[in-house]
Amino acid sequence: MTRIMPRKDVVIVGLGWTGSILAHELTEEGLDVLAIERGPWRDTATDFNIGYMQDELRYAVRRDLFLQPVEEAMTMRNNTSQTALPMRDYGSFLPGNGVGGAGVHWNGHTWRFWDSDFRIASHLAERYGPDKTRELQLQDWGVTGAELEGSYDRFEYLAGISGKAGNIKGQIQPGGNPFEDPRSRDYPLPPLPMTYAPTLFADVTRSMGLHPFPTPAANLSKDYINPLGIAMGQCTMCGFCERFGCANYSKSSAQTTILPVLMRKKNFELRTQSEVLHVDLDASRKNARGVTYVDTSGEEYFQPADMVLLCAYGLHNVRLMLISGIGVPYDPGTGEGTVGRNYCYQTNSGAQVFFDDKNFNPFIAAGALGQTVDDYNGDAFDHGGVDFVGGAGINCIPTNGRPIQTRPTAPGSPRWGSEWKKATVQAYKSTLGFSSQGSSYPIRGNYLDLDPTYKDRFGRPLLRVTFDFPDNDVRMSAWITGKMEEIAKSFGGRQYTASPRKKGWDSVPYQSTHNTGGAIMGADRKTSAINKYLQSWDVPNVFVIGASAFAHNAGKNPTGTVGALAFHAADAIRQQYLRNPGQPLVTA
Amino acid sequence: MEAVADRFIPADDLSIGGREAGCVLYLDRQLAGSYGQSSRLYMQGPFKPALPTQGYQGQETPAERYRKGLAALNRWTAENKSGKSFAELQPDEQDAVLKDMEADKIKLPDGVAPKAFFGLMLTTVMEGFFADPIYGGNKDMASWKMLGFPGARYDYRDHVSKHNQPYPLPPVSIAGSPAWLVK
Amino acid sequence: MRTVKLFFAVLLGTTAAGSVFAGSGTPDDASKIIRGRYQAVLGDCAGCHTKQGGAPFAGGAPLETPFGALVPPNITPDPETGIGTWSEADFFSAMKRGIGHGGKRLYPAMPYPAYTKMHDADISDLWSYIRTIEPVHNAVKANQLPFPFNIRLSMLGWNTINFTEGEFKPDSQKSAEWNRGAYLVQGPGHCVTCHSPKSVLGADETDGALTGASLQGWYAPDISGNSYTGIGGWSDDEVVGYLKTGANNHSIASGPMAEVIENSTSAMKDEDLKAIATYLKSIKSEPAKPAPVKSDDAHFQAGALIYHDTCSACHGGEGQGGRQLFPALAGSPIVQQADAETLIHVVLNGSQAARTATAPTTPAMPSLAWRLNDQQVADVLTYIRNSWGNAAPPVASSKVADQRKP
Ligand SMILES: Cc1cc2nc3c(=O)[nH]c(=O)nc-3n(C[C@H](O)[C@H](O)[C@H](O)COP(=O)(O)OP(=O)(O)OC[C@H]3O[C@@H](n4cnc5c(N)ncnc54)[C@H](O)[C@@H]3O)c2cc1C
Ligand code: SF4
Repeated sequence: MTRIMPRKDVVIVGLGWTGSILAHELTEEGLDVLAIERGPWRDTATDFNIGYMQDELRYAVRRDLFLQPVEEAMTMRNNTSQTALPMRDYGSFLPGNGVGGAGVHWNGHTWRFWDSDFRIASHLAERYGPDKTRELQLQDWGVTGAELEGSYDRFEYLAGISGKAGNIKGQIQPGGNPFEDPRSRDYPLPPLPMTYAPTLFADVTRSMGLHPFPTPAANLSKDYINPLGIAMGQCTMCGFCERFGCANYSKSSAQTTILPVLMRKKNFELRTQSEVLHVDLDASRKNARGVTYVDTSGEEYFQPADMVLLCAYGLHNVRLMLISGIGVPYDPGTGEGTVGRNYCYQTNSGAQVFFDDKNFNPFIAAGALGQTVDDYNGDAFDHGGVDFVGGAGINCIPTNGRPIQTRPTAPGSPRWGSEWKKATVQAYKSTLGFSSQGSSYPIRGNYLDLDPTYKDRFGRPLLRVTFDFPDNDVRMSAWITGKMEEIAKSFGGRQYTASPRKKGWDSVPYQSTHNTGGAIMGADRKTSAINKYLQSWDVPNVFVIGASAFAHNAGKNPTGTVGALAFHAADAIRQQYLRNPGQPLVTA
Repeated sequence: MEAVADRFIPADDLSIGGREAGCVLYLDRQLAGSYGQSSRLYMQGPFKPALPTQGYQGQETPAERYRKGLAALNRWTAENKSGKSFAELQPDEQDAVLKDMEADKIKLPDGVAPKAFFGLMLTTVMEGFFADPIYGGNKDMASWKMLGFPGARYDYRDHVSKHNQPYPLPPVSIAGSPAWLVK
Repeated sequence: MRTVKLFFAVLLGTTAAGSVFAGSGTPDDASKIIRGRYQAVLGDCAGCHTKQGGAPFAGGAPLETPFGALVPPNITPDPETGIGTWSEADFFSAMKRGIGHGGKRLYPAMPYPAYTKMHDADISDLWSYIRTIEPVHNAVKANQLPFPFNIRLSMLGWNTINFTEGEFKPDSQKSAEWNRGAYLVQGPGHCVTCHSPKSVLGADETDGALTGASLQGWYAPDISGNSYTGIGGWSDDEVVGYLKTGANNHSIASGPMAEVIENSTSAMKDEDLKAIATYLKSIKSEPAKPAPVKSDDAHFQAGALIYHDTCSACHGGEGQGGRQLFPALAGSPIVQQADAETLIHVVLNGSQAARTATAPTTPAMPSLAWRLNDQQVADVLTYIRNSWGNAAPPVASSKVADQRKP
């Protein structure tokens, strides 16, 4: 028996970063908004307790705050010729769960994508001709960098980002990233104080003629009061950041930037520990009636609403669309269909330099405290002479020295015994790591759909991820990693290692929770699932918000862009959609 | 298992051994809890042979793997090392057996995969040694003292700019520190 | 649940003498009701008479007193369960003399010893407003005191000794602003009810008024004008900011004061808050500052380590705190009160800041009772009470043990 609940203006699926932004914006508009969140309520003092948040086993190894596979797993394979099997434990990426979503336990690297990303297909074709990208399924996003500038700015000021502008209204700023697009003003806060390793990295790369700058961080360098009047504290560089909630209000998240205001609003309601099973469409299949969800008692509810916003994290958004029959599933055989299309990831590689005489105090760290070089990112350099497109940010951002998981040893060291101990003690404080975060470009065979075999606890098919690193990206990673070797050599340490990304995406070791695409935005409804305002082409009272909208992934963490797209969609709803509800904002 | 813990982490001038540090107590507690029972993992069938990129696809929980694996190891030493159990072997013999397991060079009975079981043991023993002492291993924060990891602290603002200088304070556990008690 | 330390002995209900006041029948014009509504803000009526999530003024959550629980009654105009059958004269009598409808004596949990100072016109306005409240049928069993306190016995005797009836008399030597402040503090704002030390019988002492008092697990601090334990070190703007938002650069309200700020002071007019600041800062008191506990004291040293390992991430290495989030400890009056009751309460139970429109963050301090034993709580408090220029008596572990008991 499904119980029918009183109608709401808007129902939001998931109360993470995007859900909270949309809920705030639409309640400001006076709408009656309900958010339904699968996980529990979480707040700073009660759940990120300063006395026990520093528990590596509980939070980083057992991943207490994350989505557990028993609740929802996914299957994976590298290509269509293989049989997908469930990731019985999450590894390569780790979806969030609970109020605040993955924003609770992210690192806080907060980037802007560039105009050359949003117009990637036309930009590369203009610069290198159409042949350069033939093996890829690159598409423009339907928006420009200039259109999103204001939305980026709002997200950065909401979150209190610490950083140094590189280009304010066309003026290059010393010490910032000279390759970024023009921004209207500087970051709200100055950069964090640098630890030793990134300081050295900046010195070395600068001496090589590169342009290091402080990584824009959602770990606050100072006390801050955001535009909603919410106070945040100064980051203490505790080194328990990624995978942990912040115990002293200094990492931006829904909890620290939105919820204190949102939760007080009379026209906002939150139901936690309630999982949305699907979006209900009417007989025309062009209009959503609401959603069906189930609470922990197993009771099913139908929640009628005039608008449904999918804010469940990119991968979950795509699965909910597929299960609900919103849009046409993508077919990798023909390249037709839209839902599941252009799934991308991140093409990372790493390097380590071993010293004899240095002490980096690796435990003094924050999620995004470091230095970045963007000289080889995106299309910042001429690809005329190389056999790939795309690039990577090169980052020296030591995030922690937590000893269960962060124990580098020099190559050739044993993994146990007295010799292992010596090698571990020797390397623990004196190793400098840096990495590349590479772009991930779409190909026809990388996509998302529903698994034919494996089901979740409610009997719904799991999401199936079919992915391998495209040849273009593997060549990119090899080239970038070569550049990293040059940097590693220049440090003058005793030894170094560098390992480029190889084919055969492995679902076990952690890489990044930067899953993009699957419900991409665009100007053409034949090749995109949502329009430039993140509105479903097929069911116009559904908006799909998250990195699922990315038509490809750049060499940058996604959330700055996810946050900007959330504001961009909210503006479109407030300023255009509500004048004519239920109608498409773009006709194509 | 204590013998294994002491081979992985031998007592020497850098630290106490894995046995004394409580790694086996840690392991017993973990195996009795949700980790040991795989209760937070996706455990629905069908269970099928996996590609290397697809991760562990076995149906057995860590508790079951341990029970079977240790029994198999002892049967193997009994059969190949003149009736002795693993714990009764000399340390260098134990090391040799472990190295062979690590390299998949021996064949354990009862279908136990030596390398995978070795990996499981290594992971859990190291977890116990380096986790907060509240979990039973890492007695007196031995591993943290060995590394110079200051433990469950939350504020490094006063040291962040002191580049290349040793951090002066001893480690703290979630349960506190002996220094918090007035002698 | 609010906790209020009560200060009463009890008296047999005698019939009230006929009301002196005969002011009923005044027309309830709109501006009078609006003024009356502001009087309800000043008097924080809702603070006691409204339960969390309950209908406004329809009865509050039990007030824990040392003698037992008292439940603030329903004061909506419901004839059966509220005060619908009261006359304006009854209301005056309750406010000015603690004698309600039908001559029933009120327990002084109802702060009539302060309200008696209110101007008649203000009480009359308040009455007009109260009559416009939506009547709510909600029977409240107000008196839940155990025997013998449940007998309204010898209230009369208590009143003769402790209670002086009479309207506030302005001091013509002082400015109008000062007088307004004094009126608000002594009268409708009833600050004295919590912040003044009490006599054995629980009446507010007039000597040392507003220099702090214990409230069952919280300590209502000194709010007089000295700059050691009082608010003399705060600028007028900082006092106003505190009362308006619940936080200023020195302090963040917690416990019962957070509720007072949410319900009452945050809605007061700025000029009234300014008047309160002027008056409070003019109150002279000179608590002796002791020599700080020496830094070679073993408890101080253990406390220093605990502080560094547990508290400094929020409160700062030098006790400097963080804007609107973490109260400063250095130079903080509340930290240096003679009685560490509030500090112990907060460390053991945690606390959450006030929610106000201008300071919406509501940061919270978690409970650390599980991490620190009694001695460690005492030591870390001794440390913060005697560092960065602070000085206050050391805290005994036995005091922590007493407060830890359920
Ligand atoms: C360890 C880690 C580190 C990261 N570091 C960075 C970084 O440094 N920089 C960066 O840019 N990004 C980073 N990210 C990514 C970042 O966290 C995400 O991009 C961001 O949180 C996405 O916001 P979202 O609103 O789309 O999803 P989320 O914030 O994850 O919120 C989605 C919410 O929906 C809920 N939900 C899902 N399905 C349902 C359902 N069916 N019914 C009800 N509720 C549902 C979920 O429980 C969740 O709370 C990191 C992520 C992780 C996991
Ligand atoms: S590193 Fe900074 S932002 Fe991250 S959890 Fe620690 S204090 Fe918070």
